[in-house]
Amino acid sequence: MTRNFLIETRNHGNVRILALRGFLDAHTAPRFEAAVEEELREGRSRLVADCSGLDYISSAGLGVFMTFIDEARAAGGDIKLASIQPKVYQIFDVLGFPALFDIQPTVEEAVARFETGTREG
Amino acid sequence: MASYERTFCLQVPSSTENLALIREFVSAIGEQAGFSESETMKLALAVDEACTNVIEHAYQNEETHEVTVRVTVDEEEIAFEVVDRGRGFDPTQEPVLPVEELIRRRSSGGLGLRLIRTIMDDVQYRIVPGQMNELRMVKKRKPGGVKPEPGGSR
Repeated sequence: MTRNFLIETRNHGNVRILALRGFLDAHTAPRFEAAVEEELREGRSRLVADCSGLDYISSAGLGVFMTFIDEARAAGGDIKLASIQPKVYQIFDVLGFPALFDIQPTVEEAVARFETGTREG
Repeated sequence: MASYERTFCLQVPSSTENLALIREFVSAIGEQAGFSESETMKLALAVDEACTNVIEHAYQNEETHEVTVRVTVDEEEIAFEVVDRGRGFDPTQEPVLPVEELIRRRSSGGLGLRLIRTIMDDVQYRIVPGQMNELRMVKKRKPGGVKPEPGGSR
């Protein structure tokens, strides 16, 4: 399928950015799950999901955030979300994610939250 | 009684690879029926969740079966029927736990159903033993919303 899902990783200081592109559903979520799992296994717990290129998310994708958020926070980090398109944000919003996850307008702001030690949205 | 009714049907192999195709099918009909882009995406999400449940639970991820999505549009509502012939799995009987509790359990079980119930106005499940299982989801048109044009032209 042309409408697939890609993850590009990069560093921003000591924060790891995972840029998500495309469609995150039950078919593609296992790849995202493996990517987050690897980051945590490698000791990188300060993660920002750059959602600017994310066109769609279903419960399978949301589940990845839910599965690893406690582990990242227990390790002294967090999984922050940034730059979510409005059409995708409505799905996070319906489930009450903004109260549980730190969601920021831009990647830079999400990274800055690590520096100030702020967690909750 | 609705003065007209249109029905669309899609049948695909029971693989998550086909979820994208199912969403495009639903989105095209939603747009044609006059739903906004935002509403259409939510309809596609609800049907995606229902089909994911069928593939993962009713068919246990076996890709050799079929999932059928039937969509009926009339003046009052858009109705989706997701039909399978797998192991009867009634998602409406599953507990809907708060997201905080799911995080504690490191689980996303029931999240799909929560989305379906939030998006749709009516959700019903029907089992015909030995023949089929059917999840029916209905979304009412908003009063004053865009009505579809008879004949399907846009």
